[in-house]
Amino acid sequence: MAETANGTFQRTIAALVQDRPGVLARIAGLFRRRGFNIASLAVGRSERSGLSRMTFVVEGPEEVVRQVAAQLDRLIDVVEVHDITEQNIVWRELALIKVRANAGKRGEILELANIFRVNVIDIGVESLTMEISGGRQKIDSLIELLRKFGLEEVIRTGRVATLRGTLVEGEDDGLFQSDASKSTYTLPTATGESGSV
Amino acid sequence: MLKHLTGSEIVCEALIKEGVSVVFGIPGGAILPLYGVLSKYPALRHILTRHEQGAAHAADGYARSTGTVGVAFATSGPGATNLVTGLATAMMDSVPMVAITGQVGRAAIGTDAFQEADITGATMPVTKHNYLVMRADDLGRTVHEAFHIARTGRPGPVLIDIPKDVFIEMGEYDPDESIDLPGYSVPGMADEAQIDAAAALINQAERPVILAGHGVVLSRSFDELRELAEKAQIPVVTTLLGISSFPEDHVLSTGFPGMHGMAYASLAIDQADLIINFGSRFDDRIVGDAQRFSTGSKKIHVDIDPAEINKTIHVEAPVVGNIKDVFGQLLPKVKKTTHVEWLQHVEHLKAEHPSLRIPESDRLMGQHVVKALSDVTKGDAIITTGVGQHQMWAAQHYQFKNANSWLSSGGAGTMGYEVPSAIGAQVGNPDKLVWSICGDGGFQMTMMELATVVENQLPIKYAILNNNHLGMITQWQSFFYDGDYQAETYTGNPDFVKLAEAYGIKGIRVTSQDELESAIREANAHEGPVVVDFVIEKVDDLYPMIPVGQSIEELIEDPN
Repeated sequence: MAETANGTFQRTIAALVQDRPGVLARIAGLFRRRGFNIASLAVGRSERSGLSRMTFVVEGPEEVVRQVAAQLDRLIDVVEVHDITEQNIVWRELALIKVRANAGKRGEILELANIFRVNVIDIGVESLTMEISGGRQKIDSLIELLRKFGLEEVIRTGRVATLRGTLVEGEDDGLFQSDASKSTYTLPTATGESGSV
Repeated sequence: MLKHLTGSEIVCEALIKEGVSVVFGIPGGAILPLYGVLSKYPALRHILTRHEQGAAHAADGYARSTGTVGVAFATSGPGATNLVTGLATAMMDSVPMVAITGQVGRAAIGTDAFQEADITGATMPVTKHNYLVMRADDLGRTVHEAFHIARTGRPGPVLIDIPKDVFIEMGEYDPDESIDLPGYSVPGMADEAQIDAAAALINQAERPVILAGHGVVLSRSFDELRELAEKAQIPVVTTLLGISSFPEDHVLSTGFPGMHGMAYASLAIDQADLIINFGSRFDDRIVGDAQRFSTGSKKIHVDIDPAEINKTIHVEAPVVGNIKDVFGQLLPKVKKTTHVEWLQHVEHLKAEHPSLRIPESDRLMGQHVVKALSDVTKGDAIITTGVGQHQMWAAQHYQFKNANSWLSSGGAGTMGYEVPSAIGAQVGNPDKLVWSICGDGGFQMTMMELATVVENQLPIKYAILNNNHLGMITQWQSFFYDGDYQAETYTGNPDFVKLAEAYGIKGIRVTSQDELESAIREANAHEGPVVVDFVIEKVDDLYPMIPVGQSIEELIEDPN
């Protein structure tokens, strides 16, 4: 579990939830009343109709954040929940960065964009907008490098994450989080009838 | 077979299919269409309460005492918000309930319409689940889902909010439709590896203690608990809500622990080498300072709710499953044994720390009243209480003989629970003797329900432990606020005997120890309801006591 600078802990939780009005309010309410702090949240429709996928990064004292997945699982509208912090996962964040770029600076900025394998998605007379996806550090680095040109707007998403398809550890640009063999936390289980009755 | 009915009819037919025979509630504009069809469904007996909080607590008392789902009706807006305390009470104590509320018409939702309240928003934290149903076609399935969710797994209250025009709308109801809740699973048997780990710890233990919580009551595992305790000769401590899950005249019965529990129960837990927790959530009133809670013991925690495992107390052996099933799995693996030395030691603790000393006083004390009630009724009554000193005296001094005969608001600590919960218990158990032990504070929070008692000719006996004080508040202000007494004295109490008589209820006043027994016998012999005003000593601190957040080291047994 990643310890943050201020001594709290981060966990990454992936959930499949019913795509219904009020579901986000239920989850947000649970987080609020249990004292879980959301560092980031990404929501979108999933590949299964009627279900959305949510990825949370939560921060807090170790004993508190270990409870998050178990508490989420109590909600009827949460169909599946996995604490994937110590699993073998890939994750990405996305940022749109609008930077000041007149004709004189444009070349230098495009060169940076090239090094970072970033897509430039809009160019105006005085600015250009680029799209970057990757790990937090990669995005942070690019933002720092662009700062001297004048940042007009930075828009970042929360983290989205999924389990790796194979156990082969590939080349990674800092996205690979931890060794699967280090996984220590599994939710208490019960065998039981699940789903329909 | 598909039926074409109004929304109101669908609700009633679905309730009947769920086995509901009693509903507690009060009508109002938005729910009138549902009341409009009740005459067609005589199988649903509606009990009109005087306040929606009363309806919710009555449904709760009915549910706890019968093991079935309690049902409450309320209208939109204030009707619905008045249910909230009752829902929170049921949620904290895992009581199966379904509340049905009227809502303003669909077109008016979100317009701040007359008597509009966002009750699904308001009750999210105090319900296991809730619904706003926007189509009559969805009503039947929703009612059946709600009952399934309320009564299975870790039980709890479910609220269904129904706009007025959805009650009126025609819809299809298929009573045989199966429900599909992919996000909801009901734990049954536990993982064998968890059972093996727990059984191994039990078989190795030299000083084991069973901590029996509300889960034993909710899963009706009384016989199994007794079988396990007797087979391995393990002392049984019941939590406040676990009271009456184990016969208190049994040699292995070791009281209830914690803040105002028996000192010997807390000491046994502290000195144990193994705590076997069946369905208790290691509440802070039991644990106190978590860092210093029974530090010498390993812990097994059996719970149907995986979120309770390691929530407050780290345990070596979690067992997630239905407690009844878990007992079935554990029993054959637990070896028959005796813990002669340990049991002798626990007996010694009981003798050295009797904890239930009744003050030597010529005056009438709360403890005298409960002791006399216990003796005269031979521990055979269903007892409901409010919250405060009277509740703790009841828990300490009533010797419960029957399984599941103790109804008390443990988690939420709801004053006022005592009056309406007794209504639910008596309606659900018409042939049993129900005594409600009340504080004069809590009684006045819900005493309007005496009208409901009269209207339904319920022979409930109310014992008001009347000291014209918020007794527990007086005690805390004395202990923790240097005796700076504020807002703890009730100088405006009514004459409770005259109040009872104003409702047409028999009233009896008791002011001395001599009158106790005859008054209780007179109340028991009376066919109808009775209010007994026990005028008790004004200030009487409650012991034993472990101050909040402390441990057994700070136990105050009895300074007198």
